[in-house]
Amino acid sequence: MTNENIKKQSKSIYDKKIINRALIDAFIKLNPKTLFKNPVMFVVLIGSIITTIMFFENIIKGNKFENLLFQFQITIWLWFTVLFANFAEAMAEGRGKAQADTLKKNKQATMATRETVRGTSESVLASSLKKGDIVLVKANETIPSDGEVIEGVASVNESAITGESAPVIRESGGDRSAVTGGTTVLSDWLRIKISVDPGQTFIDRMINLVEGANRQKTPNEIALDILLAGLTIVFLLAVATLYPFSIYSYQSCPNKAPDLFSLISLLVCLIPTTIGGLLSAIGIAGMDRVLQYNVLATSGKAVEAAGDVDTLLLDKTGTITLGNRQAVEFVVAPKIAIQDLADAAQLSSLSDETPEGRSIVIYAKNYGIRERELSDKDVTFIPFSAQTRISGVNINNREIRKGATDSIFNYAKHNGFTVPHELEREVTRIAQSGGTPLVVADNISGLLGAIYLKDVVKGGMKERFAQLRSMGIRTIMITGDNPLTAAAIASEAGVDDFLAQATPENKMELIKHEQTGGRLVAMTGDGTNDAPALAQADVGVAMNTGTQAAKEAGNMIDLDSNPTKLIEVVEIGKQLLMTRGALTTFSIANDVAKYFAILPAMFGSLYALNANTHGPLWALNIMGLHSAQSAILAAVIFNALIIIVLIPLALKGVTYRAMDAKSLLQRNFLIYGVGGLVAPFPGIWIIDQILVILHLAPVN
Amino acid sequence: MTFLGICQIFFFISLILLIAQPLGLYIYNVLEGNNTLFSGILRPSEMLIYRLANIDFCEEMNWLKYTQCVIAFSLVSMLLTYLLLMFQNLLPLNPMHFGLSDAPVYASKMTPDLAFNTAISFTTNTNWQSYAGETTMTYLSQMLALAFHNFVSAATGIAIAIAVIRGFIVNRVGTIGNFWTDLTRITIYILLPICIPIALLLVSQGVIQNLNPYLTFTTLDNHNQTLPFGLVASQEAIKNLGTNGGGFFNANSAHPFENPTPLTNLLEMLSIFIIPAALTYTFGKMVKDTRQGVALLTVMTVIFLIGTLVTYHFEAKGNPNFKPYNINYATSQLGDSGGNMEGKELRFGIANSSLFAVVTTDSSCGAVNCLHDCLTPMGGLITLLNIELGEVVFGGTGSGLYGIIVFAVLSVFIAGLMVGRTPEYLGKKIEKKEVKMAMLFILVAAFSILVFTAIASVINFPKDSFWNSFGSGTNNLNNVGPHGFSELLYAFSSCTGNNGSAFAGLSANTPFYNILLGIAMFLGRFFMIIPVLAMAGSLSKKKLVPASIGTFPTYSYLFVILLISVILIVGALTFFPALCLGPIIEEFLMRQGKLF
Repeated sequence: MTNENIKKQSKSIYDKKIINRALIDAFIKLNPKTLFKNPVMFVVLIGSIITTIMFFENIIKGNKFENLLFQFQITIWLWFTVLFANFAEAMAEGRGKAQADTLKKNKQATMATRETVRGTSESVLASSLKKGDIVLVKANETIPSDGEVIEGVASVNESAITGESAPVIRESGGDRSAVTGGTTVLSDWLRIKISVDPGQTFIDRMINLVEGANRQKTPNEIALDILLAGLTIVFLLAVATLYPFSIYSYQSCPNKAPDLFSLISLLVCLIPTTIGGLLSAIGIAGMDRVLQYNVLATSGKAVEAAGDVDTLLLDKTGTITLGNRQAVEFVVAPKIAIQDLADAAQLSSLSDETPEGRSIVIYAKNYGIRERELSDKDVTFIPFSAQTRISGVNINNREIRKGATDSIFNYAKHNGFTVPHELEREVTRIAQSGGTPLVVADNISGLLGAIYLKDVVKGGMKERFAQLRSMGIRTIMITGDNPLTAAAIASEAGVDDFLAQATPENKMELIKHEQTGGRLVAMTGDGTNDAPALAQADVGVAMNTGTQAAKEAGNMIDLDSNPTKLIEVVEIGKQLLMTRGALTTFSIANDVAKYFAILPAMFGSLYALNANTHGPLWALNIMGLHSAQSAILAAVIFNALIIIVLIPLALKGVTYRAMDAKSLLQRNFLIYGVGGLVAPFPGIWIIDQILVILHLAPVN
Repeated sequence: MTFLGICQIFFFISLILLIAQPLGLYIYNVLEGNNTLFSGILRPSEMLIYRLANIDFCEEMNWLKYTQCVIAFSLVSMLLTYLLLMFQNLLPLNPMHFGLSDAPVYASKMTPDLAFNTAISFTTNTNWQSYAGETTMTYLSQMLALAFHNFVSAATGIAIAIAVIRGFIVNRVGTIGNFWTDLTRITIYILLPICIPIALLLVSQGVIQNLNPYLTFTTLDNHNQTLPFGLVASQEAIKNLGTNGGGFFNANSAHPFENPTPLTNLLEMLSIFIIPAALTYTFGKMVKDTRQGVALLTVMTVIFLIGTLVTYHFEAKGNPNFKPYNINYATSQLGDSGGNMEGKELRFGIANSSLFAVVTTDSSCGAVNCLHDCLTPMGGLITLLNIELGEVVFGGTGSGLYGIIVFAVLSVFIAGLMVGRTPEYLGKKIEKKEVKMAMLFILVAAFSILVFTAIASVINFPKDSFWNSFGSGTNNLNNVGPHGFSELLYAFSSCTGNNGSAFAGLSANTPFYNILLGIAMFLGRFFMIIPVLAMAGSLSKKKLVPASIGTFPTYSYLFVILLISVILIVGALTFFPALCLGPIIEEFLMRQGKLF
């Protein structure tokens, strides 16, 4: 899922600093108040405290060394279980915290030049700026807070936020007027109206988000928490009632009933500590992964929703196609020489700085027409206007016009020329094959012909969409093109559906329509008129270059403003959910093996003929573990170590493959379900062997 | 095990699978209010009931209203039953004068705690019997207090299952049907019409049906013997069909007047399983995807077959300690002798007794044709485990289906995330509320079984206590050691699971056990119904998400494996430690030659 286009702010998860910090945090997180939120780990904490007290009590009582060694180890490993879980969470938070530190450093005391009511200016601290204040920022100054440019054009370095060092243009009006505090003006100056109050700036919010300061549990996490708490209570009942049961069972038996150490060990092994310990780490790591793609999710809920998305609305331009149409053919009207058409096309495009215009100029060179400089006073360029949908040039008395088909046809008719059928047919052919026809005419010979502008679909998109389809996600292309053009591009790109001649209104309608059908919709947007649709969509990714309104309406912000990333975000969301499911299944499947270690150890002495032999239930020791003590210890140690072993998986997420639910389930069920059932058997066996070799547990 | 024995087991399950589809379709039509075979005759009486009871049969209820109706109906009928039992001595149809001064010597008293226990027992579809029918109940009590509940408690179970399914199929409506209409339709269109031919078939095989006083006669060896009589056939039919299991006589389906021939034995087993099996088809039909129902039926069938074959294997193998004594050790071809024949009827033999034991514990029926106390330890383990799995393998009428739906919801929630979407079942998102309710369902069962058994295993009573005889609560057990523990664990499992069969061996007719077991039955019914209906309510308010290729497929073989694993892991692992101290250690000890 790595995309070469996306620059990762690559700080490894296993950075030394992060690990050191996580080690300290693991202890800080022992605070019962924080742990209480995690019912599974809270039970382990209580268990550790009880065993610790009992252990010291037994030292004072002067228990046998062999028993004390066992009790000491159980106690230590129970503490480790809690610490390992804390460590996992701290590791997940580590990268975000490091990033927040960098951001905070950048946010040092910046000064701002604020305009006063009287028209003078004063120097104030950036942190004292309020909504509505107007500031002037000159070259090499840092923009003090978020706002709208109300005057001026400047190039701005936004690397503090995006990590992308290429400067961007910010200017008043339009969709490029939003600026972010903490970015730097490189050239010229900007007059900015501050749009947020202190503490609410983008950087502030970003620090909060990456730090996870007010991280809230997502709905699915809460539901999973309930499941885990429920299972914990069920096993608590199963283990707690074992005590009275064994009182009954040991009535006629000279041996001692199992003590609290083994009961607590059994409990800790049975409750789902693996997923309980890693659950929050998985969630934090998921958000962190999104952040590594330079997408800022305002909540974990948004990332989770991304995994559920059924319908992706993708803007054609920039996402599906390269974004600029290129001239690929000149089609002449009857009785017109191709040279004339090429000449007219080039002349009318000379002042057109858009990629389309430039591509016409370049394409015309194929017909031997050289690029010219026109500085003649008789030359007037007619810029493109959205009303007439025509642009052109007047050279002396000759008017050359190019533009949308019907507009130019009307222009020709208006000037008394007829529209040849051949041209009409050609124009339709271009439109049907996904191109955009630009018709060229002048006031002398009438219609000259058409330019075939073609959208170039990005490489690899077709495969991408096929993958999405195999996962059950429909892609809908949004375009302003007419239905014919849209249909052709849609089929070339391999999307499932398209919305042609899109307006903010019908885009909104489409989202609502999908949602009434029970589907979850994701989309990207940048303009102010996208804001309502962004808010309505279940996952709305706003481009960082977009307007303030768009950024506030979406629940994610793409700092690189690359709309293709919506697909990655969906994949990360899916991966997050899969990781959670995989580890839950693994954790629960683990219990089977632990029973076969601890139960024979606990009740091995029941109905034994004498104190030196094993009773009948020792037959359940199918792993052939050495002794009761080594068996219980091995299970507890395995239970603790598996958390550490699985931390990388929790942080990186399970391997993600685009495939349908059936095959995904099959694959993951085999790895995590069957694997979870089988893995503990050899694991516990090996630990048992090591314990005995190290003389940490008796041989029999 | 013999070939013929295995054939009989597979013949039985094939018949069930054959009947499931047409009966399921019929139930579907009845509950949809469609015209069916009996509509012409029964519609007027249905309408009459609505008019008499002043029921608006078009009213759609939300989950809260539905639950209130279920609870109110159950509590009121429970109270009526209690009163009827307490005053049965003063009421008619008491030819043996039970409760009167001239009652026969064998008659036992109807105490308030026994009436309490019995009223709860029959209202909750448990039919745990702390009494012996022929020495305690008048004919009127059998007919009115008990048989009435055999019908309506079964109908209530089915109604709830249907309401739960409606929670899945409605799109943001919030209502799950009308309890009164469901109850009426199920009773008069489904239960009554099926019971009549079954009762007639039973009579044809020799099951009695009369209101005569008991007959006392002198046997060939010059002893006086009393033959109890009663309206057995009519009650026998609904006892099995409604998975009630409360026998007319103490010996239940082992009694020749209740279950005289191998044919009636087959008929009774079939009637226990057909409605739970058919409901899976009804379910598939209602959710408009019969594959979903087939998946659940497959899960049930697989677990059932494993249980049956294990039980049959160990029963046929018998007790190894008898081998040296040359006691007809090998199983005969027909399976009617050899193996562990202790506590079994010769006319049924090993295979059909093992099969019946598994059928009755898989479903929450609780009728028995052999003594479960006398099963081999492993046979006993299977019956115990069947109940503790939550009575979802076919299960009770309705309760089996909603039970397995709860497990399906849990399976989808645990493993469904593995397909990279938040879990959904049948187009509804499984979220906080659903998981909470599903976990409550599991918790209540675990709590009731484990905590009450724990109390009973260590409690001590002072001298002259009202509650129980002097000393340990385990003094009421016939056996010591692990076998005694199994008897105790079985009693609380059976009551919580609303099964009602007894392992036997526990003298439960004391205030302590009557009340504690009564509470277990109450918790096991109503405290599990409420979360299930609340779950249905929450689902009914959600919108339906269309299935796509990315949706967790809940009809695939993989889901079947997953659901079986979750039922076994969540159900069995909870009770595995307790089972170790009961049947499992008993099995090992038996192999060492130690018996209890």
